Amino acid sequence: MTKYLLRYWRIFRKPSVHYSLGALTLGGFMAGIMFWGGFNTALEATNTETFCISCHEMENNVYQELQSTVHFTNRSGVRATCPDCHVPHEWTNKIARKIQASKEVWGTIFGTINTREKFENNRLRLAKHEWARLKANDSLECRNCHNFEFMDFTRQSSRASQQHSTALGSGEKTCIDCHKGIAHTLPDMSGIEGWE
Amino acid sequence: MNKLSRLSLFALIAAGSLLLSLQAHTEEQVATLRKGTELNKENPKPAPLQNPSNKDIKRARSYPMQPPTIPHKTDNYQTNLNANKCLSCHSRSRVEESQAPMISVTHFMNRDGNFLADVSPRRYFCKQCHVTQVERKALVKNDFKDVNEMLKKDRKAH
Repeated sequence: MTKYLLRYWRIFRKPSVHYSLGALTLGGFMAGIMFWGGFNTALEATNTETFCISCHEMENNVYQELQSTVHFTNRSGVRATCPDCHVPHEWTNKIARKIQASKEVWGTIFGTINTREKFENNRLRLAKHEWARLKANDSLECRNCHNFEFMDFTRQSSRASQQHSTALGSGEKTCIDCHKGIAHTLPDMSGIEGWE
Repeated sequence: MNKLSRLSLFALIAAGSLLLSLQAHTEEQVATLRKGTELNKENPKPAPLQNPSNKDIKRARSYPMQPPTIPHKTDNYQTNLNANKCLSCHSRSRVEESQAPMISVTHFMNRDGNFLADVSPRRYFCKQCHVTQVERKALVKNDFKDVNEMLKKDRKAH
Protein backbone atom coordinates (compact mmCIF):
# COMPACT_ATOMS: atom_id res chain seq x y z
CA MET A 1 0.00 0.00 0.00
CA THR A 2 2.67 2.51 1.06
CA LYS A 3 4.78 1.33 -1.89
CA TYR A 4 1.98 2.26 -4.34
CA LEU A 5 1.41 5.62 -2.74
CA LEU A 6 5.13 6.31 -2.79
CA ARG A 7 5.30 5.43 -6.50
CA TYR A 8 2.48 7.86 -7.37
CA TRP A 9 4.00 10.53 -5.19
CA ARG A 10 7.29 10.16 -7.14
CA ILE A 11 5.47 10.46 -10.49
CA PHE A 12 3.66 13.48 -9.16
CA ARG A 13 6.90 15.11 -8.04
CA LYS A 14 8.88 14.29 -11.21
CA PRO A 15 9.22 17.06 -13.80
CA SER A 16 7.36 16.40 -17.04
CA VAL A 17 9.37 14.60 -19.73
CA HIS A 18 6.93 14.27 -22.64
CA TYR A 19 4.65 17.28 -22.38
CA SER A 20 5.60 20.89 -22.94
CA LEU A 21 5.13 23.44 -20.21
CA GLY A 22 2.62 25.28 -22.42
CA ALA A 23 0.47 22.18 -22.95
CA LEU A 24 0.49 21.43 -19.25
CA THR A 25 -0.45 25.00 -18.30
CA LEU A 26 -3.19 25.14 -20.91
CA GLY A 27 -4.44 21.68 -19.92
CA GLY A 28 -4.48 22.69 -16.28
CA PHE A 29 -6.33 25.87 -17.13
CA MET A 30 -8.98 24.00 -19.16
CA ALA A 31 -9.37 21.37 -16.44
CA GLY A 32 -9.73 24.18 -13.92
CA ILE A 33 -12.56 25.79 -15.89
CA MET A 34 -14.32 22.48 -16.30
CA PHE A 35 -13.93 21.55 -12.65
CA TRP A 36 -15.02 24.95 -11.37
CA GLY A 37 -17.90 25.17 -13.83
CA GLY A 38 -19.02 21.67 -12.92
CA PHE A 39 -18.78 22.44 -9.22
CA ASN A 40 -20.82 25.61 -9.54
CA THR A 41 -23.41 23.95 -11.77
CA ALA A 42 -23.82 21.15 -9.25
CA LEU A 43 -24.04 23.69 -6.44
CA GLU A 44 -26.71 25.66 -8.28
CA ALA A 45 -28.61 22.46 -9.01
CA THR A 46 -28.85 21.81 -5.25
CA ASN A 47 -30.06 25.37 -4.82
CA THR A 48 -33.45 24.93 -6.48
CA GLU A 49 -36.93 24.25 -5.20
CA THR A 50 -37.11 21.13 -7.38
CA PHE A 51 -34.05 19.72 -5.60
CA CYS A 52 -35.39 20.58 -2.13
CA ILE A 53 -38.76 18.96 -2.64
CA SER A 54 -37.26 15.89 -4.27
CA CYS A 55 -37.15 14.62 -0.67
CA HIS A 56 -40.62 13.72 0.58
CA GLU A 57 -39.80 15.20 4.01
CA MET A 58 -39.67 18.62 2.39
CA GLU A 59 -42.45 18.13 -0.16
CA ASN A 60 -45.06 16.70 2.20
CA ASN A 61 -44.49 19.00 5.14
CA VAL A 62 -42.92 22.40 4.71
CA TYR A 63 -43.64 22.79 0.98
CA GLN A 64 -47.36 22.19 1.53
CA GLU A 65 -47.43 24.79 4.27
CA LEU A 66 -45.67 27.38 2.12
CA GLN A 67 -48.29 27.18 -0.62
CA SER A 68 -51.00 29.07 1.23
CA THR A 69 -48.75 31.97 2.18
CA VAL A 70 -48.02 35.28 0.49
CA HIS A 71 -44.46 34.19 -0.29
CA PHE A 72 -45.80 31.51 -2.64
CA THR A 73 -48.62 33.24 -4.48
CA ASN A 74 -49.65 36.88 -4.49
CA ARG A 75 -51.04 39.63 -6.71
CA SER A 76 -47.74 40.64 -8.30
CA GLY A 77 -46.45 37.13 -8.96
CA VAL A 78 -43.19 37.35 -7.06
CA ARG A 79 -42.29 34.07 -5.39
CA ALA A 80 -39.68 33.21 -2.80
CA THR A 81 -38.60 29.60 -3.25
CA CYS A 82 -36.83 27.49 -0.59
CA PRO A 83 -33.22 28.67 -1.19
CA ASP A 84 -34.26 32.35 -1.30
CA CYS A 85 -34.90 32.23 2.44
CA HIS A 86 -32.88 29.25 3.61
CA VAL A 87 -29.57 29.61 1.73
CA PRO A 88 -27.38 32.73 1.91
CA HIS A 89 -26.82 34.33 -1.48
CA GLU A 90 -23.22 35.37 -0.91
CA TRP A 91 -20.66 32.72 -1.94
CA THR A 92 -18.67 32.08 1.26
CA ASN A 93 -21.77 31.97 3.46
CA LYS A 94 -23.50 29.80 0.89
CA ILE A 95 -20.67 27.25 0.99
CA ALA A 96 -20.70 27.32 4.80
CA ARG A 97 -24.46 26.66 4.80
CA LYS A 98 -24.06 23.89 2.20
CA ILE A 99 -21.47 22.16 4.38
CA GLN A 100 -23.85 22.41 7.33
CA ALA A 101 -26.59 20.98 5.14
CA SER A 102 -24.64 17.74 4.76
CA LYS A 103 -26.26 16.91 8.12
CA GLU A 104 -29.59 17.00 6.28
CA VAL A 105 -28.32 14.37 3.84
CA TRP A 106 -27.48 12.22 6.86
CA GLY A 107 -30.98 12.90 8.17
CA THR A 108 -32.66 11.83 4.97
CA ILE A 109 -30.54 8.64 4.69
CA PHE A 110 -31.32 7.57 8.26
CA GLY A 111 -34.92 8.83 8.22
CA THR A 112 -34.74 11.31 11.09
CA ILE A 113 -38.00 12.96 10.01
CA ASN A 114 -39.33 10.45 7.47
CA THR A 115 -42.83 10.31 8.96
CA ARG A 116 -45.30 13.08 9.79
CA GLU A 117 -45.08 12.18 13.48
CA LYS A 118 -41.29 12.34 13.54
CA PHE A 119 -41.40 15.66 11.70
CA GLU A 120 -43.94 17.11 14.16
CA ASN A 121 -41.81 15.93 17.08
CA ASN A 122 -38.79 17.72 15.63
CA ARG A 123 -40.58 20.82 14.37
CA LEU A 124 -39.66 23.00 17.35
CA ARG A 125 -35.98 21.96 17.25
CA LEU A 126 -35.74 22.53 13.48
CA ALA A 127 -37.57 25.86 13.66
CA LYS A 128 -35.25 27.00 16.45
CA HIS A 129 -32.25 26.31 14.20
CA GLU A 130 -33.65 28.59 11.50
CA TRP A 131 -34.66 31.30 13.99
CA ALA A 132 -31.17 31.24 15.50
CA ARG A 133 -29.55 31.41 12.07
CA LEU A 134 -31.69 34.39 10.99
CA LYS A 135 -31.20 36.11 14.33
CA ALA A 136 -27.41 35.72 14.02
CA ASN A 137 -27.21 37.12 10.48
CA ASP A 138 -29.71 39.95 11.20
CA SER A 139 -32.39 38.32 9.01
CA LEU A 140 -30.13 38.55 5.97
CA GLU A 141 -32.33 36.37 3.77
CA CYS A 142 -35.38 38.55 4.51
CA ARG A 143 -33.37 41.64 3.70
CA ASN A 144 -32.23 40.26 0.36
CA CYS A 145 -35.67 41.40 -0.82
CA HIS A 146 -37.10 43.54 1.99
CA ASN A 147 -34.69 46.43 2.36
CA PHE A 148 -35.26 48.64 5.39
CA GLU A 149 -33.85 51.65 3.53
CA PHE A 150 -36.44 51.26 0.77
CA MET A 151 -39.47 51.02 3.06
CA ASP A 152 -42.14 53.70 2.65
CA PHE A 153 -43.59 54.08 6.15
CA THR A 154 -46.47 56.16 4.80
CA ARG A 155 -47.55 53.08 2.85
CA GLN A 156 -47.53 50.92 5.97
CA SER A 157 -50.28 50.58 8.54
CA SER A 158 -49.80 52.64 11.68
CA ARG A 159 -48.87 49.53 13.69
CA ALA A 160 -46.31 48.43 11.14
CA SER A 161 -44.67 51.83 10.68
CA GLN A 162 -44.54 52.29 14.46
CA GLN A 163 -42.66 49.02 14.98
CA HIS A 164 -40.44 49.32 11.91
CA SER A 165 -39.38 52.92 12.57
CA THR A 166 -38.45 52.22 16.19
CA ALA A 167 -37.50 48.65 17.06
CA LEU A 168 -36.29 47.63 13.60
CA GLY A 169 -34.73 51.00 12.74
CA SER A 170 -32.64 51.09 15.91
CA GLY A 171 -31.43 47.54 15.33
CA GLU A 172 -32.93 46.45 18.63
CA LYS A 173 -35.00 43.84 16.81
CA THR A 174 -34.61 41.99 13.56
CA CYS A 175 -37.27 40.71 11.13
CA ILE A 176 -37.48 37.18 12.53
CA ASP A 177 -38.15 38.42 16.08
CA CYS A 178 -41.71 39.36 15.10
CA HIS A 179 -42.28 37.59 11.78
CA LYS A 180 -42.09 33.96 12.83
CA GLY A 181 -44.27 31.45 11.01
CA ILE A 182 -44.84 33.64 7.95
CA ALA A 183 -44.07 30.83 5.52
CA HIS A 184 -44.60 27.65 7.55
CA THR A 185 -46.82 26.33 10.32
CA LEU A 186 -45.53 27.26 13.75
CA PRO A 187 -44.26 24.71 16.29
CA ASP A 188 -45.48 24.73 19.89
CA MET A 189 -44.76 28.36 20.79
CA SER A 190 -45.22 28.14 24.55
CA GLY A 191 -42.17 29.66 26.22
CA ILE A 192 -40.87 31.31 23.05
CA GLU A 193 -40.06 35.00 23.54
CA GLY A 194 -42.97 37.16 22.47
CA TRP A 195 -45.45 34.30 22.58
CA GLU A 196 -45.70 33.52 26.30
CA MET B 1 -101.37 -2.36 -3.72
CA ASN B 2 -103.64 -1.85 -0.74
CA LYS B 3 -105.00 1.47 0.35
CA LEU B 4 -102.54 2.00 3.21
CA SER B 5 -99.43 1.47 1.17
CA ARG B 6 -100.81 3.70 -1.58
CA LEU B 7 -101.43 6.40 0.99
CA SER B 8 -97.93 6.10 2.45
CA LEU B 9 -96.40 6.25 -1.02
CA PHE B 10 -98.34 9.42 -1.70
CA ALA B 11 -97.18 10.91 1.60
CA LEU B 12 -93.59 10.03 0.74
CA ILE B 13 -93.80 11.72 -2.65
CA ALA B 14 -95.45 14.78 -1.13
CA ALA B 15 -92.75 15.05 1.56
CA GLY B 16 -90.05 14.56 -1.03
CA SER B 17 -91.34 17.27 -3.33
CA LEU B 18 -91.75 19.63 -0.38
CA LEU B 19 -88.14 19.00 0.64
CA LEU B 20 -86.98 19.56 -2.92
CA SER B 21 -88.86 22.83 -3.22
CA LEU B 22 -87.51 23.95 0.16
CA GLN B 23 -83.99 23.13 -0.94
CA ALA B 24 -84.45 24.99 -4.19
CA HIS B 25 -85.79 27.96 -2.23
CA THR B 26 -82.79 28.13 0.14
CA GLU B 27 -80.35 27.63 -2.70
CA GLU B 28 -81.94 30.48 -4.57
CA GLN B 29 -81.61 32.73 -1.52
CA VAL B 30 -77.98 31.88 -0.88
CA ALA B 31 -77.14 32.01 -4.54
CA THR B 32 -77.79 35.75 -4.64
CA LEU B 33 -74.69 36.24 -2.50
CA ARG B 34 -72.79 33.90 -4.80
CA LYS B 35 -73.85 35.88 -7.85
CA GLY B 36 -76.18 33.15 -9.07
CA THR B 37 -73.72 30.26 -8.79
CA GLU B 38 -75.29 27.12 -7.34
CA LEU B 39 -73.95 25.85 -4.05
CA ASN B 40 -72.55 22.65 -5.50
CA LYS B 41 -70.80 24.47 -8.37
CA GLU B 42 -67.65 26.51 -8.37
CA ASN B 43 -67.87 30.05 -9.68
CA PRO B 44 -65.59 30.19 -12.73
CA LYS B 45 -65.09 33.91 -12.20
CA PRO B 46 -65.19 34.59 -8.46
CA ALA B 47 -65.47 38.15 -7.22
CA PRO B 48 -62.05 39.57 -6.27
CA LEU B 49 -61.13 39.29 -2.60
CA GLN B 50 -61.49 42.53 -0.69
CA ASN B 51 -58.70 43.76 1.50
CA PRO B 52 -59.88 44.11 5.09
CA SER B 53 -59.73 47.56 6.61
CA ASN B 54 -56.32 48.09 8.21
CA LYS B 55 -56.64 51.52 9.81
CA ASP B 56 -56.29 50.48 13.44
CA ILE B 57 -59.12 52.72 14.56
CA LYS B 58 -61.64 51.38 17.08
CA ARG B 59 -65.18 51.06 15.81
CA ALA B 60 -68.32 51.70 17.82
CA ARG B 61 -70.16 48.59 18.96
CA SER B 62 -73.74 48.19 17.82
CA TYR B 63 -74.77 46.87 21.25
CA PRO B 64 -72.90 46.52 24.55
CA MET B 65 -72.24 42.79 24.30
CA GLN B 66 -71.00 42.88 20.72
CA PRO B 67 -67.54 41.36 20.26
CA PRO B 68 -65.41 44.25 18.97
CA THR B 69 -64.51 43.95 15.28
CA ILE B 70 -60.84 43.71 14.31
CA PRO B 71 -59.51 47.03 12.91
CA HIS B 72 -56.52 45.46 11.13
CA LYS B 73 -55.51 42.70 8.71
CA THR B 74 -55.18 39.19 10.07
CA ASP B 75 -53.88 37.46 6.94
CA ASN B 76 -52.03 34.26 7.76
CA TYR B 77 -52.46 34.64 11.52
CA GLN B 78 -52.12 31.11 12.88
CA THR B 79 -54.49 29.95 15.57
CA ASN B 80 -54.08 26.32 16.51
CA LEU B 81 -52.89 24.04 19.28
CA ASN B 82 -49.32 25.28 18.87
CA ALA B 83 -49.70 29.00 18.50
CA ASN B 84 -52.13 31.90 18.67
CA LYS B 85 -50.89 34.92 16.77
CA CYS B 86 -53.64 37.19 18.13
CA LEU B 87 -52.58 36.49 21.70
CA SER B 88 -48.98 37.37 20.91
CA CYS B 89 -50.20 40.98 21.17
CA HIS B 90 -53.53 40.84 23.00
CA SER B 91 -52.75 38.45 25.87
CA ARG B 92 -52.42 39.82 29.39
CA SER B 93 -48.65 39.40 29.48
CA ARG B 94 -48.06 40.95 26.03
CA VAL B 95 -50.14 44.16 26.10
CA GLU B 96 -47.52 46.23 27.89
CA GLU B 97 -45.09 45.79 25.04
CA SER B 98 -47.61 45.76 22.20
CA GLN B 99 -49.97 48.45 23.62
CA ALA B 100 -52.82 46.47 22.09
CA PRO B 101 -56.13 46.18 23.99
CA MET B 102 -56.11 43.21 26.36
CA ILE B 103 -58.66 40.46 25.80
CA SER B 104 -61.59 41.17 28.13
CA VAL B 105 -61.72 39.54 31.55
CA THR B 106 -64.71 37.46 30.47
CA HIS B 107 -62.25 35.46 28.38
CA PHE B 108 -60.63 34.15 31.55
CA MET B 109 -63.91 32.78 32.90
CA ASN B 110 -64.84 29.16 32.55
CA ARG B 111 -68.46 28.18 31.98
CA ASP B 112 -69.12 28.18 35.72
CA GLY B 113 -68.06 31.82 35.97
CA ASN B 114 -64.78 31.11 37.78
CA PHE B 115 -61.70 33.02 36.72
CA LEU B 116 -58.76 31.04 35.35
CA ALA B 117 -55.10 32.10 35.24
CA ASP B 118 -55.04 32.24 31.46
CA VAL B 119 -57.50 32.51 28.59
CA SER B 120 -60.26 29.92 28.86
CA PRO B 121 -60.04 27.19 26.18
CA ARG B 122 -63.59 27.99 25.07
CA ARG B 123 -62.46 31.54 24.21
CA TYR B 124 -59.23 30.50 22.47
CA PHE B 125 -60.42 30.78 18.87
CA CYS B 126 -60.59 34.56 18.45
CA LYS B 127 -62.04 34.64 14.95
CA GLN B 128 -65.13 32.73 16.02
CA CYS B 129 -66.45 36.05 17.32
CA HIS B 130 -64.02 38.80 16.29
CA VAL B 131 -63.87 39.50 12.58
CA THR B 132 -62.13 41.87 10.22
CA GLN B 133 -64.24 44.35 8.25
CA VAL B 134 -64.29 45.44 4.63
CA GLU B 135 -65.11 49.04 3.82
CA ARG B 136 -67.94 48.46 1.40
CA LYS B 137 -71.62 49.15 1.01
CA ALA B 138 -73.77 46.56 2.79
CA LEU B 139 -74.79 43.72 0.47
CA VAL B 140 -78.31 43.58 1.85
CA LYS B 141 -80.64 46.18 3.39
CA ASN B 142 -80.39 46.31 7.17
CA ASP B 143 -82.98 47.85 9.47
CA PHE B 144 -80.94 47.46 12.63
CA LYS B 145 -81.42 50.28 15.12
CA ASP B 146 -79.03 51.09 17.92
CA VAL B 147 -80.52 50.70 21.41
CA ASN B 148 -79.88 54.39 22.14
CA GLU B 149 -81.99 55.32 19.15
CA MET B 150 -84.81 53.12 20.47
CA LEU B 151 -84.58 54.72 23.90
CA LYS B 152 -84.67 58.20 22.40
CA LYS B 153 -87.76 57.30 20.40
CA ASP B 154 -89.35 55.83 23.52
CA ARG B 155 -88.62 58.97 25.54
CA LYS B 156 -90.14 61.15 22.83
CA ALA B 157 -93.31 59.06 22.82
CA HIS B 158 -93.94 59.56 26.56
